[in-house]
Amino acid sequence: MTSTSAAPSQAKGGFGLRRLRWPVHLTLGVLLFIWLMPTIGVFINSFRSADAINTSGWWTIFTNPGGLTVDNYSQVIGQEDLGSKFLNSLYITIPATVIPTMIAAFSAYAFAWMRFPGKNLLFLLLVALIVIPLQTTFIPIGQFFNNFLGTGTNINGSFLAVWLAHTAYGLPFAIYLLRNFMADLPREVLESAYIDGASPVQAFFRLALPMSVPAIASLVIFQFVFVWNDLLVSLIFIGPNTENQPLTQALSSLVSSYGSGWQYLAAAGFVAMIVPLMVFLALQRYFVRGISSGSVKG
Amino acid sequence: MDPRLVTALEALVGVPLVLVGYIMATEYLVRMARGRWRDRIRPWLWLTPALVILTSFLIAPTIQTIWMSLHNKNGTLWQGLDNYAWFMNGPGIASLVNNVLWVVGLTMGTITIGLAVAVLADRVRYESVAKSILFMPMAISAVASGLIWKFMYWYQIAGTPQTGVLNEGLTHVGVAPVAFLTNPDYKITTFALIFVMVWMWTGFSMVIISASLKSISPELLEAARVDGATEWQVFRGITLPLLAPTLAVVSTTMIITALKTFDLVYTLTANGSYDTQVIANEMYNQYFKFNNDGRGATLAVVLLLIIIPVMLFNIRRFRAQEGIR
Repeated sequence: MTSTSAAPSQAKGGFGLRRLRWPVHLTLGVLLFIWLMPTIGVFINSFRSADAINTSGWWTIFTNPGGLTVDNYSQVIGQEDLGSKFLNSLYITIPATVIPTMIAAFSAYAFAWMRFPGKNLLFLLLVALIVIPLQTTFIPIGQFFNNFLGTGTNINGSFLAVWLAHTAYGLPFAIYLLRNFMADLPREVLESAYIDGASPVQAFFRLALPMSVPAIASLVIFQFVFVWNDLLVSLIFIGPNTENQPLTQALSSLVSSYGSGWQYLAAAGFVAMIVPLMVFLALQRYFVRGISSGSVKG
Repeated sequence: MDPRLVTALEALVGVPLVLVGYIMATEYLVRMARGRWRDRIRPWLWLTPALVILTSFLIAPTIQTIWMSLHNKNGTLWQGLDNYAWFMNGPGIASLVNNVLWVVGLTMGTITIGLAVAVLADRVRYESVAKSILFMPMAISAVASGLIWKFMYWYQIAGTPQTGVLNEGLTHVGVAPVAFLTNPDYKITTFALIFVMVWMWTGFSMVIISASLKSISPELLEAARVDGATEWQVFRGITLPLLAPTLAVVSTTMIITALKTFDLVYTLTANGSYDTQVIANEMYNQYFKFNNDGRGATLAVVLLLIIIPVMLFNIRRFRAQEGIR
């Protein structure tokens, strides 16, 4: 294709992008460098001593190698208690991913395959809710959690509070994504199941759910990374209760406290990044699909 | 065993069991109803868990927040629009101005770079690697991204060895180092924060633009080239107009992301120092530092009001898609 199409633009003498290859490589090269270099720099710094970090840039290891250590990591996980925060992140994220996905699957199936009055209007409301700013819910939910279900128990600061909040915040998009996928499932398959006498429950668990695995995978990965990376919701609903704080909260207080060991910061950053980065590298296709379906259907 | 683990396991096993049990039980009950009632009741039973949660955690709280914005700090006294007057005269407008900078900077930055990479990478063999590298920051939290860029922006006074890449570069070309993250002049710090967000979100814009780019028929572009159009003319005259709807969609996502900005400002400038405060951070201040629910609610409602046009745009777009389905 290149050989046939390059000819006309060359004949015209245009300085087309096709003819001049090096500006393309140069522009891309510069951009890729800007996108990669900051992360690599922090990665290198996470293995340097406090003294080295404070007196010279990470790039000096290329001219003056040596002196690398893993002390920062052992320090961060042990002393700074990031190991326990890491577990908190898992404890918060996994239920906050599974629960909304299940609830969304039931609703999505109802929206896609059942008939009821007001369905379209209700779904439009849902589309509107996807972009609602979480801020408009914080204060009332906080008060509701203060006296949870009228029992006088204050659940602010507990995992339960963030699970509930993340479930609610994740639901509109989750239902939207799954409903769009389920609505495109082949009609014949589901209808023949009904003709064979299957109940909606059976059709849902035996057909719709297994056939929707690609969409569910995208959604699960999206929600997992979203909750894992969340700072705001845990600041509001876990707050100062350090016992239950996730990694992002611990990391954020490390970053904003000036003076305290820079060397820990870089290592701490990598402890916080490792899980979503692994998810991204291993399941890139689903991850990209989940995120981009937030903007474009399909 | 760690009590936190026990709680997490209880939720992880218990809630799904309850949900599946619920759906099974409702089907059993529905079967007892008369024929045509079954199909009328069933959808609502399937929707109930979601509707209960959405109503109690999104819809009702939003209405309550609007109500609170018309009351004093602890919701005991009707104040009419006093809080909104405070917003117009107090720190509200400054935050709003910064949010506007975020909207413009983030949208332009992510779309320009995302478009450039999508178009250029389409022509090279290492396309998928290039796209992966650009998309990677999407997996990193704003807090960790802030940390990464704090090292990039790191500042030491002139004369001492610089430890941040940018200031090392400036020193090399003979410019005095800049305190990127502690400088209110010319909004330098705000722009430094916006660039971190551009770094995070360009991959998103690139992926969506790239998908749309691949759907443009190659014959169309070839025809123009055969007619003697230069690459630039092909891009301006054909590619760009065909991408316009996609660019609009990416813009709406970027606008919302920019309006909801919180994490970076909270983490990198101690919740809005150096003239970087935005509405979300100001709301956090009012709510937690000053315990002023009325003002906090007002800031949240302002955010909601700004987002409503985007909401309507999404609804229109969704209806158009459904029309095609």
